[in-house]
Amino acid sequence: MTEAVTAQRARDVVDTVYRSESRRVLATLIRLLGDFDLAEEALHDAFTAAVERWPRDGVPGNPRAWLISAGRFKAIDGLRRRARFDASLGAIAERLDADPGEPAGLDEEGVADDRLRLIFTCCHPALAPEAQIALTLRTICGLTTEEIARAFLARPAALAQRIVRAKAKIRDARIPYEVPGLADLPDRLDVVLHVIYLVFNEGYSASSGESVTRHDLSTEAIRLGRLLVELLPEPEALGLLALMLLHEARRAGRTSPSGELVVLEDQDRSLWNREQIAEGLGLVQRAFSSRRIGPYTVQAAIAAAHAGAPRAAATDWAQIVGLYDVLARAEPSPVVELNRAVAVAMRDGPEAGLALVDDILGRGELEEYYLAHSARADLCRRLGRTAEARASYERALGLARQEPERRYLERRMVQLTEGRSDLKSD
Amino acid sequence: MKYLCLIYSDEELLGALPRPEWDALVGEYLDYDEELRRSGHYITAEALQTVQTATVVRVRNGKLATADGPYAETREQLAGFFLIEARDLNEAIQVASRIPSARLGGVEVRPIMELEQLRGPHWSRTITQGD
Repeated sequence: MTEAVTAQRARDVVDTVYRSESRRVLATLIRLLGDFDLAEEALHDAFTAAVERWPRDGVPGNPRAWLISAGRFKAIDGLRRRARFDASLGAIAERLDADPGEPAGLDEEGVADDRLRLIFTCCHPALAPEAQIALTLRTICGLTTEEIARAFLARPAALAQRIVRAKAKIRDARIPYEVPGLADLPDRLDVVLHVIYLVFNEGYSASSGESVTRHDLSTEAIRLGRLLVELLPEPEALGLLALMLLHEARRAGRTSPSGELVVLEDQDRSLWNREQIAEGLGLVQRAFSSRRIGPYTVQAAIAAAHAGAPRAAATDWAQIVGLYDVLARAEPSPVVELNRAVAVAMRDGPEAGLALVDDILGRGELEEYYLAHSARADLCRRLGRTAEARASYERALGLARQEPERRYLERRMVQLTEGRSDLKSD
Repeated sequence: MKYLCLIYSDEELLGALPRPEWDALVGEYLDYDEELRRSGHYITAEALQTVQTATVVRVRNGKLATADGPYAETREQLAGFFLIEARDLNEAIQVASRIPSARLGGVEVRPIMELEQLRGPHWSRTITQGD
């Protein structure tokens, strides 16, 4: 084999190792160096060194350990050089050099702990929710600031600033790099799950803009969910991953080839992803068998009931109403009540559902929520109360922000005039 | 590391507390002081008189301007503070969460700036980070 080929192969290995290991190496470097910025710089330097040396010296037996040690060395070296201008950095360099971190911290288990520490630190409740999301996507998923800004329709400069501030707060307020103890774990895990859920939701149903879904964010959220399940298989972590997979499985059915929104009832179920559904169902069962059932697991069970129905007409609405009852007790909210009302309408008829929806709207809680008005409009339409249906569609249209959703409502209104009820023909 | 726990509460709400509840609250505060002294977190703590006794002092162009406080129309006012020693923010949050007023109002936890931060590069970095 020629030298050029060997070198090319080593560069390919560096690329592969970067994709599979860079987040793990970063998580450990943050622990060893005690600083996000320093660790990111060290990660960069370590991979630069790998690109130089691996083609020449060969790929090390344990690339991860090599990178961690190279990164740590480069960081200490850099601090020493800068210490000429700022004496306090010299002291930090000496301290880091004297304490190489527990050697045990570099094995599989130690690295898994570091990744978990990173998750809990990025999702620390003392950071602003937007900062938790940005920092999680940047550090754990390795997305660039520009990618995150694009996904959230934010200015890259503003997003970069948010990340800088979050890292400064972690350093200056001394947010520890640790997995919370048993007493704090449930509350802290809730924050982590919520961050993942928000990322998924933004990807699944972007709050504004042209496209119905932003696929990348959903994919990242599912990756995060998998990582969490792998590191900390708590029932609600399983439940959230199941919920995301069962929703994601319907993606291909949610939009027509022309980009229009297709509601659950009208979706072509043969387009649903069977593999994701099977995985989701398995996770729901695992979560249920723990007997510690939380809101994500119940929502996943509702999604599973839909996924398990071969046709819309075969949906087990009685089971779904029962699950919404459980959810409403665990996590009371008007949105849960609204969803329950729609399920009741399917089980007992539109009249029963409408009474519940009107009750919720009467309390003024979902007055600004377009789906409440859209649900009311659908129920009125099914009852033949055309004028009321029209008024509610108009109200929904005034509140909907996403183009495909707006077009769906407009089509509904046109069909109301034409006296048709199906939406299958675009 | 030192943290200042600033206690914010609604003075009207506190003023309206029936006597036995007020006494119970004061008792709780004294107990908590004692507990923090024993655990080594305590540096100092004080309660403030009502915001109606506050005065705001400013010097502009060498001229003293004194005015009646408060200058912000907020529902909750600064009512007192604990200065504590804690390992990190998580420990400080633990301590703050058990200050009796955390149930009634809110406690703002602020890390104290170390002398080296005042002199060193962190300080200049922090204050130039405006939008």
